[in-house]
Amino acid sequence: MSFGPFLLLAVLEGTVMAAVLALTSVGLSLVFGVMRVVNVAHGEFYMLGAILAWFVTYYLPFPPALAWVAALIIAPLVVAAIAALADTFVLKRLNYAPEATIVATIGLLYMVQQAALTIYGPDARPVAAPFEWRIQLPWFGYSGYKLFVVGAAGVILAAVWLFMTRSTAGLVMRATQIDRDTAQCFGINVDRVYAGTFALGAALAAAAAVLIVPIQQAHYLMGHDPLLLSFIVVIIGGLGSIRGTLVAALVIGLSDGIISMFFSPTLAKIIATLLVALVLVFRPQGLFGARA
Amino acid sequence: MAAVIEAQGLTRHFGGLRAVDGVDFRLEQGEIHGLIGPNGAGKTTFVSLLSGRTTAQSGRILLNGEDITHLPAYTRVRRGIAYTFQITSVYPRLTVFDNIALAAQSRGAADLAPRVRAVLHRVGLDQDERTLAGALSYGHQRLLELGMGLALEPLVLILDEPTQGLAAGEIAGFSALIRSLVPKMTILLIEHNMDVVMELADRITVLAAGQVLAVGTSDEIRRNRAVQDAYLGVDHAVG
Amino acid sequence: MTESVKVWSLHLGVLALVFAAQYVLPPYHATNLARIMVLAVFAMGYNIAFGYTGLLSLGHALFFAAGFYGMGLPIGLLDWAPVPALILGLIAGGVLAGLVGVLALRTAGVSFMIVTLMFAQAGYLTLLYLNTWTGGDEGFVVDRAARVIAGNDLSLDGTRFVAAFGLFAAAMVGCLWLVRSPFGRVMVAMRENEERSRMLGYDPFRIKLIALVLSGIYAGAAGAAYGLLFGYVGASFATIQYSILPMLYVLLGGAGTVLGPFLGAVLMFYLVDITSGYTDAYLFVVGAALVGLVLFAPRGILGNLRERFAPWLP
Repeated sequence: MSFGPFLLLAVLEGTVMAAVLALTSVGLSLVFGVMRVVNVAHGEFYMLGAILAWFVTYYLPFPPALAWVAALIIAPLVVAAIAALADTFVLKRLNYAPEATIVATIGLLYMVQQAALTIYGPDARPVAAPFEWRIQLPWFGYSGYKLFVVGAAGVILAAVWLFMTRSTAGLVMRATQIDRDTAQCFGINVDRVYAGTFALGAALAAAAAVLIVPIQQAHYLMGHDPLLLSFIVVIIGGLGSIRGTLVAALVIGLSDGIISMFFSPTLAKIIATLLVALVLVFRPQGLFGARA
Repeated sequence: MAAVIEAQGLTRHFGGLRAVDGVDFRLEQGEIHGLIGPNGAGKTTFVSLLSGRTTAQSGRILLNGEDITHLPAYTRVRRGIAYTFQITSVYPRLTVFDNIALAAQSRGAADLAPRVRAVLHRVGLDQDERTLAGALSYGHQRLLELGMGLALEPLVLILDEPTQGLAAGEIAGFSALIRSLVPKMTILLIEHNMDVVMELADRITVLAAGQVLAVGTSDEIRRNRAVQDAYLGVDHAVG
Repeated sequence: MTESVKVWSLHLGVLALVFAAQYVLPPYHATNLARIMVLAVFAMGYNIAFGYTGLLSLGHALFFAAGFYGMGLPIGLLDWAPVPALILGLIAGGVLAGLVGVLALRTAGVSFMIVTLMFAQAGYLTLLYLNTWTGGDEGFVVDRAARVIAGNDLSLDGTRFVAAFGLFAAAMVGCLWLVRSPFGRVMVAMRENEERSRMLGYDPFRIKLIALVLSGIYAGAAGAAYGLLFGYVGASFATIQYSILPMLYVLLGGAGTVLGPFLGAVLMFYLVDITSGYTDAYLFVVGAALVGLVLFAPRGILGNLRERFAPWLP
């Protein structure tokens, strides 16, 4: 394949990656923005989403398309419920003290991951795509489902954006983000806002996983990479800034896809992790965020 | 007399607020110097500039003739400018002994225990050596805070509202203790309690809106029309 | 009995008991104990940073791994003798901690945690990337011939126990001395109130950097010793798991206590050892222990003991 089509393929792959990454990262960013909680278990919510998608599509006697749609609804809801429980029984009881919550979410990470190992097992299992359709380009064929993923991620993100800016619940969340104590004085039930935010963040990760699972297989260790990448995105985008997160997801998703085509993925990851560390040290407001 | 600390044209603005605006100031060796002014006059910002907790935007600070404007706070402490906090800031989970020792060993670790005990004796906390600082009464915590300042063996001790929240009986003891520190040390005293300032201070600087309104002895300050208008009258009326 | 006598007799007594254990324990448990002692040295180092100075790092695996490779690479590639290789491993831990500290200590709290995590992750990936020399994921075996110091073969159970004990004893005495020294008091002051300490004339950056370097030296020494005693060097020791492990030991035993890291290491090691006999998912125990500790016993076992009965415990 000559260079032009090769680059086009890289850009396509990068766009798919960016779309899924944006969903996962916005979830992480939302939780940090509203609750000031760094959720190290975020990748495990993603993994849970993928595994639940496998369970749903495997056990529901529906045709693939319908089963997958069911998974897209059921998996995020179940994961959201688990997250809300984790918030109520663990994070809330720590008063959201930043360092204690990180340690606790590390603990949750291990617990969720190992529970998945016990229940789901160590194998990677595929989930059938809701439809098979290839777009034939002059140089290569490309999966239509992958393009659908980009569109679906866009729709979900737009829905989140509408929810945050137009709905009362979104307004309440943003009010709590700006000033927790004042929000409480105005009669906002901060406990419920926090549980809801944590659930929403986890649900977004789970939704991202249901989108990706027909492309990658479901595995109990699959949460590591999304966690690392969404950390990178959220930090470079500016902690807690949704807009910065989206821009960063696009840039990193695309560049990661393209760089991985030409360089060793390990080298790309080394550079990315060092970049995150240096951004936090020298430009804590992120590369794309406004100065706090 | 020689100036221990001299500030020239010291300025610090926060956005549009001119917290400290071109202040000239001399602290003479061995004096107790009162710093007063209405709320928001810039007293705390001014001493933060002297102690290095805030950096100056322009102007110079000299310690015994040496320019210390750009030295970090901890170096200034080592050079002899000690600052005791307005809000009691002891280490509540450490013992009284450790609190004083932390200050004392900043001057060197030799003979630590006897030096700590000497300070404890001076502020009257001999009996509380093993007590956790957080378990002390508020008045005793203020004494401990003062003791930490003393243990630094500073040239200049900046006391930020040391008598705030103390009972009348405690204030008398506190005043006597402060008076006993000069002329070996030099004291810069920020104080809201006018009786304490008027009684203790050799000279008083009045700040208003970030600028020096007047400097003089307590009598001169009392008689100063501008000060009466801007501050004293109002303050006395309100209490 | 003065406090000093009490403190030293307790700690030397524990050391004597641990030393004597080799004559009582069956070989399997004696080997475990040797392993635990080395891991406890790592955790003591973690405790210097976290327990005493308040630096919650998520990157100590990097300093631990620096010990492994600082020791293992010169032996494997340059045929170094074990003693200088051990020393190089120890230094490597300290130097890396210093480098990370210079940058990471410009941040605090959550940012400090993430920055240390990222540096450690970059270190781990670098080990994978340079797999020509490091052996990557598979690592490499330290030649048995290179594990003999002055005629003592460290691959034998008895010698290994004594060597591990030597390091453990030195580390514990060093730690006890450090935290009871004036510098130890300043470390605690940084943990308790950095701003106040600054106004007592201490440079927080310098104090924290020194504490982190000391902590890195402990981690490096533990890594180098582990590699030499058990004959294996691998990138898996640089994974995040090995940053969490010492934190878990310290939290369980009691942060800011000299004996806490060892106590935590013993308990956690056997907890994992026993559960892994029943299930693959033994890391579940680690997770549950972390959550349980931060929720119900953030001071750990010895921390609670100190609070209720023994305020003199260092």
